[in-house]
Amino acid sequence: MLDIHNLTCGYGGGFSLKDINMRVEKGELMGIIGPNGSGKTTLFRAVTRILKPERGSVMFEGRDIRRIPVKELSTGMAIVSQGAEAGSMTLEEFVLLGRTPYFNRFQFLETSKDLSAAEKAMKLTGTYGLRDRPMSRMSGGERQLGLIARALAQEPRLLLLDEPTTHLDIAHQVVIMDLIKKLNRDLGITIVVVLHDLNLASEYCGRITLMKNGNIYKTGTPGEVLTYQIIEEAYNTVVVVEKNPVSSRPYVLVVPEEERNKKNIKYKDR
Amino acid sequence: MRKQALRWAICLIALGALLIGVSIFSLCVGAVNISSGDILKIIFGGKGTAGYDILFNIRLPRILLGFAIGGALSLAGVISQGMFRNPLVEPYTLGLSGGAALGVCLNIILRLKNPFGIPSLPLCGFLGSALVIAIVYFLSRKKGALKMQGLLLTGVMISFICSSLVMLIMALSRSEDLHGIVFWIMGSLEEPNRLLIKAALAVSVTGLFISYIFCKDLNVLALGEEEAAHLGVNVERVKLALFLLASLLTGASVAVAGIIGFVGLTVPHLVRMALGQDHRIVLAASFLTGGVFLILCDTLARTIITPLELPVGVITGILGGSIFVWALTKSAAAPGER
Repeated sequence: MLDIHNLTCGYGGGFSLKDINMRVEKGELMGIIGPNGSGKTTLFRAVTRILKPERGSVMFEGRDIRRIPVKELSTGMAIVSQGAEAGSMTLEEFVLLGRTPYFNRFQFLETSKDLSAAEKAMKLTGTYGLRDRPMSRMSGGERQLGLIARALAQEPRLLLLDEPTTHLDIAHQVVIMDLIKKLNRDLGITIVVVLHDLNLASEYCGRITLMKNGNIYKTGTPGEVLTYQIIEEAYNTVVVVEKNPVSSRPYVLVVPEEERNKKNIKYKDR
Repeated sequence: MRKQALRWAICLIALGALLIGVSIFSLCVGAVNISSGDILKIIFGGKGTAGYDILFNIRLPRILLGFAIGGALSLAGVISQGMFRNPLVEPYTLGLSGGAALGVCLNIILRLKNPFGIPSLPLCGFLGSALVIAIVYFLSRKKGALKMQGLLLTGVMISFICSSLVMLIMALSRSEDLHGIVFWIMGSLEEPNRLLIKAALAVSVTGLFISYIFCKDLNVLALGEEEAAHLGVNVERVKLALFLLASLLTGASVAVAGIIGFVGLTVPHLVRMALGQDHRIVLAASFLTGGVFLILCDTLARTIITPLELPVGVITGILGGSIFVWALTKSAAAPGER
């Protein structure tokens, strides 16, 4: 589905991605984790053609993304990014903008196909009841669901999500992650999601890629990536990794300084 | 959505009716009042009468020009506000009027009118704004991408430089030139040249049609440039096209009618407050409303102290400015605001 070969790119300044190699299989739910500034969002910007690669290539369904016309690319791949502005438009107007890549240049009104795709996207995300509400008057959770609905209206085969659960309470985090899981399982959409919460990544993702300093540090199942050695090494902080008694997936606990001093642990000496 | 299309159609028809009504009103009032019933009589009475002369040689050309310029300026306002996602941008903020004013001042002071004729005046105005556009555009291009904030700042600065240069020219010029410059800077729809009126009409109506090619792109640009790119919009190409279109519309308006401020700021703002942010309706509705607004302002300008005439730019400034302030305090329906 997505094949990244020796990708090197950056903003001209100091920060960049170096020689990234990554493969996302069709139907997969892949999580990307890593410390702040490790290049997760930059990777997404390279995949969506916002950033030009200096070297290497990004292949989407076997074709180089720079060879795919922009409009066609947006009907195959959609992204829920952190910085979308919505202003005072209603949810329905906002979601319908997701149909833009399907419009002809001289077409002014949505076709019934556009309307039903938007309706389906809103129903899937449980936001259909909010369709007439302005985006500016949504709570954080509703807004995030609206963003996902807009991406779904694009009817993508690959969905990228950049930190969809930040600033949400645990109930809303679970709503969002359950939705992502459902889209992946029931609709067969391939999903790559950037997460800060290691435990959410562990519970929901089939595979996890850990990034550090613009490189891929480790890729594998949650059990392979989320070990205390790897996490301590990548994040430079002391953690304890246990098993979730219900799902038997790993979960990561932090250790406060006070406790560390009491027991005299430093992550380097373990 | 079908309902929405119907609502839009009703809006446009209502605005069209308003336009016709205002035009008839403007035909009737003036130094000589003609009742609306008499208009038909005069039209069928044919050429030669004084009434016919007033209607077709004095008032109708001004109405047509008011429609063209009001429409063009409002359209340029909608486009630039949509592009910059900033409700305070109008064509003049981008430095276009400054450039045009400078061109016209140079024309007057160098007496280019004598060798090249009256049409050289608007031509110089247009060249002035075209030059400013080119400077602003090339200064704000970095690595092949148009930097919007840089563009705005450069425009404002060039605007200041131009107006200072105009002041300099005015300080150095003779008093008979001074009057011409001042009158032009204040803006007027008095335009004896029929060809220029037709040209202005053609440019603004063509501009309206071209803007509709980009109406969906403008809607998506409201989400931010990166989001627009995610939705398959070729952002750089669209920005370039819209920038050129707004410049052409403004340049042509300024060249023919001088500097008429606040139309491009106030009209789109009111239309957005009433009809929302969807550019599929906002473009056409602003165009029509702009026409109505400028025809009304011009009618006021020529009747308020008859037989003398005020510069229409003064009226649009006072009226448009006050309406804008009132609208701002009343609501925040501006694009890009949360």
